[in-house]
Amino acid sequence: MERKDDFQQRRRHLAGLSDEELHQRFWELLDQVVEPLAELARTHTSPAIERSVLLRMGFSSLEAKALVEKCQEQGLLGKGAGHVVLKAAEISGRPYREAGLALIRGELWPQVTAEFARGGGR
Amino acid sequence: MALKIHEKIDIEEILRDLEHYRPRRKGWTWRKPLPPGTQIGPFQYRQASENLKNSISLPAAKYFGGIDPQPECVITTEIASGRFEDDIRRMRMAAWHGADHIMVIRTAGQSHYDGLIEGTPEGIGGVPISRKQIRATRKALDLIEDEVGRPINFHSYVSGVAGPDIAVLFAEEGVNGAHQDPQYNVLYRNVNMVRSFVDAAEAKKIMASVDMLQIDGAHNANATAREAWKVMPELMVQHGINCAFSLKAGMKRELISLSTVPPTAAPAPEVYIDLPYAVALRELFAGFRMRAQMNTKYMEADPREVTVNHTMNLLISRLTSVDIQSTITPDEGRNVPWHYNNIAAVNTAKQMLIGLDGIKDMVELKKDGILREKVRELKERAVLFLEEIIAVGGYFRAVEQGFFVDSGYYPQRNGDGIVRRVDGGVAADTVVPRDDDYLAPVCHHYGYNNLPPGLAQPCALIDGCTLCNPDKIAYIDELDEEDNVGKRLEATAEHRQKGLLRPEVEWYADGIVSINLFFPADARTAEYAALALAEKMGIKDAEVINRLPLHPAEGTFLELKGRVEIDIDPATLHIPEEKPLLSEEEIRRAVKENPMTVVAATVGEDEHSVGMREIIDIKHGGIEGYGIKCHYLGTSVPVEKVVDAAIETAADAILISTIITHADIHRINMRKLNDLCVEKGIRDKILLVAGGTQVTNDIAVEEGMDAGFGRGTKGHAVASFLVENRRR
Repeated sequence: MERKDDFQQRRRHLAGLSDEELHQRFWELLDQVVEPLAELARTHTSPAIERSVLLRMGFSSLEAKALVEKCQEQGLLGKGAGHVVLKAAEISGRPYREAGLALIRGELWPQVTAEFARGGGR
Repeated sequence: MALKIHEKIDIEEILRDLEHYRPRRKGWTWRKPLPPGTQIGPFQYRQASENLKNSISLPAAKYFGGIDPQPECVITTEIASGRFEDDIRRMRMAAWHGADHIMVIRTAGQSHYDGLIEGTPEGIGGVPISRKQIRATRKALDLIEDEVGRPINFHSYVSGVAGPDIAVLFAEEGVNGAHQDPQYNVLYRNVNMVRSFVDAAEAKKIMASVDMLQIDGAHNANATAREAWKVMPELMVQHGINCAFSLKAGMKRELISLSTVPPTAAPAPEVYIDLPYAVALRELFAGFRMRAQMNTKYMEADPREVTVNHTMNLLISRLTSVDIQSTITPDEGRNVPWHYNNIAAVNTAKQMLIGLDGIKDMVELKKDGILREKVRELKERAVLFLEEIIAVGGYFRAVEQGFFVDSGYYPQRNGDGIVRRVDGGVAADTVVPRDDDYLAPVCHHYGYNNLPPGLAQPCALIDGCTLCNPDKIAYIDELDEEDNVGKRLEATAEHRQKGLLRPEVEWYADGIVSINLFFPADARTAEYAALALAEKMGIKDAEVINRLPLHPAEGTFLELKGRVEIDIDPATLHIPEEKPLLSEEEIRRAVKENPMTVVAATVGEDEHSVGMREIIDIKHGGIEGYGIKCHYLGTSVPVEKVVDAAIETAADAILISTIITHADIHRINMRKLNDLCVEKGIRDKILLVAGGTQVTNDIAVEEGMDAGFGRGTKGHAVASFLVENRRR
């Protein structure tokens, strides 16, 4: 889009504002712009976020990447990758790290998906 | 392990046992300001911070007792040559000159790497940021900060499609600051915008958990827009979006820093445009931090021009305010920065910031007139920009409609902005909604988390996450058997062990040299002449890196770089012992207590007077300046006449200047002077000193002198010798 500089017309409603009021308006508008973005982030997740969860659980970057890819394939990313690992641990009775490594090897997935399908989430 | 000032940092030692290295602290550190009026050497300072334990001061400091006052703001330098093991040495040098914020640029392409890089591969235009690289660098910086006596902030980038992964890595490894701005991903890296913002919230929350300082990415619009000064309203909007989003993610206001750049460069009327913008930003974003970056948009190959422009940028910093003064090397317009140019940029900042100490006690920005009008106009334009974002349906719609990096001065639009689609870009369609039973059993996780009630902390489910228990961190050493630091160090091991020296600008013994030259020719002819000269000099891969016409016909100044494959073995060098000089104060005091007279002349058939005048004249820093009384007899003076004058004035010393000839006239004159003094019975009462471009101390002493001084000698050295060796 091309448009000539129509600042003088556009600014009319701002002309009467004090500097303080102008600053306030700036920050109120920003809040309106970013709140939907923050809400989107609160309610969604991504492969990178889930990898970062697995890293914090003590998996290496290579393991985290493999686990998240498997979660994506199984359509379980929305449960949380860490959650998937905990579920596998619960089902298999192994420590969560070992359960995670088993998932990377392709094990335990049928049980885990079945458990989630049953609504066995926490 | 501690560094020794006269020993090189041992990179092999740094790399040893990294698996168990833990950062000694986390979070950002500001400098400790000294109370206004603190005395440092002969002066009082109003904007200084605590002195360093070890540092190298500006050259002029020698006139002020060697002081090295440090400005109160943090000073940044960016060091990323592609080989972090070489960068560590440069970081140490930069710290000695006053840098306490070391920023490492990432290797090309890391933004699009979906995960963490491991090991230590070589980078291009930056360093591959990996756990091993960070840990080694942090370990080295811990030693360096002990050496200089001030904490050093280590900084890199939390962006791209692995932002949250990198944020965790940085939080675990004690990285103190990072760039994080989802808009940067969207606009300049074409990462999908939904993914960018969703990831950014998590990354910011993790950064906030360890008090990491955040710098935004808005300055990139300066560097990208065709007419950088017209994007000022948009820049405020970009800063605002990242600031507001960061607050929502849990960051503290005082750890959110705006990356601001004065947008223009002379010959534009720089300050007239840049100052209102700087003022408007600081008013609109009160409480946030200002990271003042230097301009890169209008950098050409001439380091002098760049340095002056950066000096103008520093003036803006001091006329307004600055929390972190970042620096750009004066050679960035022509190559990946060289060692000494990092130091040059840091010194430009230190020199200017200290030079302008307290300026606002004397100079005030006007509270009415054009400055205030411009400030107000910029703010209003930014508000109008935000109003239109909301009117079109929000941030994503605005990006789709090319609102950003349009070269028009908003609300003017030129239709050349960057357009991205909400469903397009790298990693599109990778974001999924969190289910009702979504769970993440770790600390510092942003957003919805269906944790069981009653947990002390989220990671209680897994008996602690890595942020609470670092022993859980999984350390990977290397993945590539060939492309790693071990192999690179092996390749230079022999050279290093032998202690050989080869010039370098970037990597160990890279052999790069640069030559300044002038040809009395037009620019193009001069350039080809320079290349031909380089070939004759045996310089390989020669390239002209700066070409400055001084006149279309009369001449051109050139800088040329190339590579040499010559090693110098210091063991084979004859290095004369360096005698420490008395300080200028000590000399003055000694002469005042016990006055000194000398007779000086150029002897033989020699009409040169320049050298001797340099040594004597107060104007040139000569010995007169220390209170020594000088009788200068002129040129072509017979040796007899010099000795007579010395007896007449009861001189403490005779200074003769002589040129070196094939007929050994210089030796004859020196010997004659000595013999005459012996004959007249004054030799044991008087000091005899000879000087000249090719005179050495050895030649002079051989011929009966007490000392000889060659090319480049300053009056200080001669005065110091005279005072220390005077006979009575």
